[in-house]
Amino acid sequence: MATKDMNLKGTTHVNIRKTRQMRATARYLSIAAALLLASVGVQGSESATSSTSPATVVQETQATGSATENNAAVADADAAIGLANKTTGSEVSELVREVAHNRISINIVWTLLAGFLVMFMQAGFALIETGMCRAKNAAHVMAMNFLIYPLGMLGFWICGFAIMFGGYGSNPSPIGWQPPLGHSLALLNSEHGIHLGGKFFGLCGGTGFFLNPAVFSTAVFCFFLFQMVFMDTAATIPTGAMSERWRFKNFILYGFWIGMLPYALFGNWVWGGGWLARLGENFGLGHGHVDFAGSSVVHLCGGMIALVGACVLGPRYGKYAPDGSPRPIPGHNVVYVILGTFILAFGWFGFNSGSSLSGTEHRIAIVAVNTMLASAAATFASCLVLYWKIGRPEPSLLCNGMLAGLVAITAPCAFVTPAAAIVIGAVAGTIVIMSVLLFDTKFRIDDPVGAISVHAVNGAWGALSVGLFANGSFGAGWNGVHKLFKDGVVQTLFNDGTVATIAKYKALLAAGWHDEGITGAFGKLFGAHFNDWSQLGAQLTGTLTCIIFVGTFALLWFKLSKLIVPMRPNVEEELQGLDIPEMGAEAYPDYQLTDKSSPL
Amino acid sequence: MKIVVAYIQPQRLQAVKKELFLRQVYKISVSNAVGCGQQKGYTETYRGTISEVNLRPKMRLEIAVNDNFVAPTIEAIITGARTGKIGDGKIFVTNLEECIRIRTGETGSEAIG
Repeated sequence: MATKDMNLKGTTHVNIRKTRQMRATARYLSIAAALLLASVGVQGSESATSSTSPATVVQETQATGSATENNAAVADADAAIGLANKTTGSEVSELVREVAHNRISINIVWTLLAGFLVMFMQAGFALIETGMCRAKNAAHVMAMNFLIYPLGMLGFWICGFAIMFGGYGSNPSPIGWQPPLGHSLALLNSEHGIHLGGKFFGLCGGTGFFLNPAVFSTAVFCFFLFQMVFMDTAATIPTGAMSERWRFKNFILYGFWIGMLPYALFGNWVWGGGWLARLGENFGLGHGHVDFAGSSVVHLCGGMIALVGACVLGPRYGKYAPDGSPRPIPGHNVVYVILGTFILAFGWFGFNSGSSLSGTEHRIAIVAVNTMLASAAATFASCLVLYWKIGRPEPSLLCNGMLAGLVAITAPCAFVTPAAAIVIGAVAGTIVIMSVLLFDTKFRIDDPVGAISVHAVNGAWGALSVGLFANGSFGAGWNGVHKLFKDGVVQTLFNDGTVATIAKYKALLAAGWHDEGITGAFGKLFGAHFNDWSQLGAQLTGTLTCIIFVGTFALLWFKLSKLIVPMRPNVEEELQGLDIPEMGAEAYPDYQLTDKSSPL
Repeated sequence: MKIVVAYIQPQRLQAVKKELFLRQVYKISVSNAVGCGQQKGYTETYRGTISEVNLRPKMRLEIAVNDNFVAPTIEAIITGARTGKIGDGKIFVTNLEECIRIRTGETGSEAIG
């Protein structure tokens, strides 16, 4: 519109201007109608991932010169242009380009902003973990939370990103889907894996090492930033469970490998088009393992490393009495803990809503509301459980309660109703408290901040809850699996990119079949058309895979890293506090130790 | 010359100060202290684990007085600090051999007053 108005400024005669304006308006209306028609043809139903726009295709294919995976979408876009050309003439391509450019711009701005919010979560983690540790270790815990950011980022830049998303562009995707950040994501085009019995099992990606010039594009860089801060979130979880007794040099080794391997590999299997994403395609398990923002990919992964790390390190000196009963080791600053929790809850809006990678995907409003509802339900549930089990609502455990709810809603946030979000949150708030008590007293795994209970236990719960409560309103065609429903019958159509499949898909939609999103085992309770137990199977497979794979990997690594650099400081250093022996500086030089800070 | 050392509940400090000032005892030093007596500590929970806390926070008062001020000082501390419950604290009185004011070099009773 802007360019048109500027052209008109040269005209002096009022009547002529008016006529031209009217003519221009009419043109835009007809173009809009043509685009709308075309996009309905592509999408078929409201619930399909709405990043679809023929305009997007035009702009991006011209910009990158690379053909898209999805021939049909291109054909549809061509049809749209043809339609538009007939009605409006040559200006249309300029307009289409403008519209498409704006759409991508909005998505990129949204994804970057959300990524900045997630980056700020590092501050939240640092405050929570430090607040729950003793003053004599504060500089050490803070420094770990600080250094994990650059270390993890470098590891992710070296090979983590390439392993995780090197094959992102060749993912199975819904019919008519367009990459929201632009088609240059197709530069990430090589997924390595094995073929077994005609089925492909993706194992790791293979493009984008060191963000080399071959992937130099705004879409890939925006994607890198967003995924980098996610990786750092996972990386900073174990520093909490392993704090107050971890040699800094050993931690530095860890900081590199976490972003390079275990996180990237498991992430590839779920988000990068690997074998867990293809469970639906290969074995008919729902839409494959679905995780909207990372309950399993980020939190269960980080939580499993935390669990294994805490086991390998052993409890802090004095944590358990000779008879095995646990001793409390109070943290030194509840104020930090609560402030940190608020920062995390704020950053989580970016974490969950940003995972749409699209500011033009209106689902982000539902995602944000589900996120905050689950956190509220979890906090209140944990408060009640604390009154019941302990008698008073200990603030640091209340904070664990809120974080548990946030972790649990991370995977299902886009797929469930608010009622389900409340249920998921309430369950999370309950099990996190029980789990903290259980790990402390029964398993005797010393976790100063509750990271295992918050991230591992509730990460698993969140991933499973998708398979229980998802109600089919979002995620149609995810991982290429279309579940079509009509009159009590469900049939599955896999998007293999062929013209025949797409024609069949369109015919089915025209015949009144409804394209269903992710549906859980109890989806009907929340408004789905049917219950899909196979989705729960996919979620269970993904969750167990994460527990076994990441757990084993972390165990082997920690055992190996012990041989390179010792993992634990000696007893004297630990009792003195790690600030001076490890960091050479005290967080609080004027702080006086009391008997609370070194139980014996 | 005597030195009066008293351990009191932290929350009674204001009341004790007021009583001392009423009796014209203005020169005191106060420090934080932890300790245990008949209360034998208390239990506290942290993240679900119960702990016995033996050392409770207290206030330690040190007041150097001339002999004629010993009785009013003790009276003031008792008036201000007594609640009648376990944990009110204790007063110790000992002889003070010498006292020197650094600024002027005065000694003995003059230095205290």
